[in-house]
Amino acid sequence: MAKLHVSANINGEPTEFLCEPYETMLDVLRNELGLTGSKEGCGSGDCGACSITLDGRLVCSCLMLAAEGGEIRTIEGMAEGDTLHPLQQKFLELAALQCGICTPGVLIAAKSLLEQNPDPSETEVRFWLAGNLCRCTGYDKIVRAVLETAADMKEVSR
Amino acid sequence: MTEIGYLAPDTLDEAVGVYSAAGDKARVLAGGTDLLVQMRAGMVRPGLIVDIKKIAEMNIIEETVDGGFNVGAAVSGAVLAEDPRFGKVWPGVLEAINLIGSTQVQGRASAGGNLCNGSPAGDSVPAMIAAGATVTLQGPDGRRQMLVEEVPAGPGRTNLAPGEVLVNFTLPPRPQGSGDAYLRMIPRTEMDIAVVGCGVNLTIVDGVCTVARVALGAVAPTVRLVEAAADALIGSRLDPASLDAASAACRAACDPIDDKRGTIAYRIQVAGVLLKRTVGIAADRAGRA
Repeated sequence: MAKLHVSANINGEPTEFLCEPYETMLDVLRNELGLTGSKEGCGSGDCGACSITLDGRLVCSCLMLAAEGGEIRTIEGMAEGDTLHPLQQKFLELAALQCGICTPGVLIAAKSLLEQNPDPSETEVRFWLAGNLCRCTGYDKIVRAVLETAADMKEVSR
Repeated sequence: MTEIGYLAPDTLDEAVGVYSAAGDKARVLAGGTDLLVQMRAGMVRPGLIVDIKKIAEMNIIEETVDGGFNVGAAVSGAVLAEDPRFGKVWPGVLEAINLIGSTQVQGRASAGGNLCNGSPAGDSVPAMIAAGATVTLQGPDGRRQMLVEEVPAGPGRTNLAPGEVLVNFTLPPRPQGSGDAYLRMIPRTEMDIAVVGCGVNLTIVDGVCTVARVALGAVAPTVRLVEAAADALIGSRLDPASLDAASAACRAACDPIDDKRGTIAYRIQVAGVLLKRTVGIAADRAGRA
């Protein structure tokens, strides 16, 4: 069977690609489009390393078919040019990462949280990020970085 | 990998047409949070994937004039949680659906998929059964209704006929003084599969329980409606003796497996405990005096 021709929008850019019907969006992002920021941890929706947003909603790119298309945002679209997103900057300042495999997914998930809830409690952060596993056990720094970013962004918008 | 196709029809007629024509090699794709995992594990190798998310009817959340709800089979947990009304009317059903997986999984997973996946431990299923929900199915021979408790046939199997697609859930109107709840036992706080799940739906009038439905998950090959437990509650003031009787009925309804999540004895014991706790929450929501 011929490959499928898919039109999507990836990080604001209209993008066309060919894929097999069974390929996941994660496969296409990494292998076809060279967007290797999204990571494959488990490949079964447990670890969150492949987190992206699809039509504005947080999803695992390993659990969607590339053929579905849609409006996709990945870690590559998070910074504006050379200017890091406040979450990215804060993660650096607080060393909220060690090996970095989970970091793109954590950042995408945290950005999605702050868009929905600009002033989350620690409990809300922990529940929202429950699907992002960090095997370096850096959760405390991650949670602190998200909370401090939220506080900073609130200060800026005031 | 053998030949495989992907179709995303805009209409239900078209979806049923291609799905039924492809026979048992076809799989319906809603959120994909079970299907893609099963494909990756090699458990299923679909010849055709029919994505139902582009069909308008699969995505509706509609409060009917009589106060019931229609929820499309592909509506994700996250979308349902954002509905301003659904969670107020059916908090137990909503919390059951929202317990499934992570934030990421909630962005995709649907109650329709949870039911059709056929897991005895699916969290939304006991809550839907307790709610008295029915599903609309459409197949090559047209449409029919089925009670949710009649859908599961065994682990991974349903009573849908070949070529039939689940279209939506219909939840009945609620009398004054009604409340529902769902609790599950898991060994951790998040992101796990139920060891036991319990859905309860009550109506209370002047302190007396007039309507009750109880369903248990993960304690038998299918999710079970436990009528004996409901009978023990109906007509009572939810006093300790009635709760003990309902709890015993829940334990008696269990036919569980021993596995790494829980032993047979543990699951049976927990089913009785969860019944009491779930009734407590449902009764509070019903406005118990």
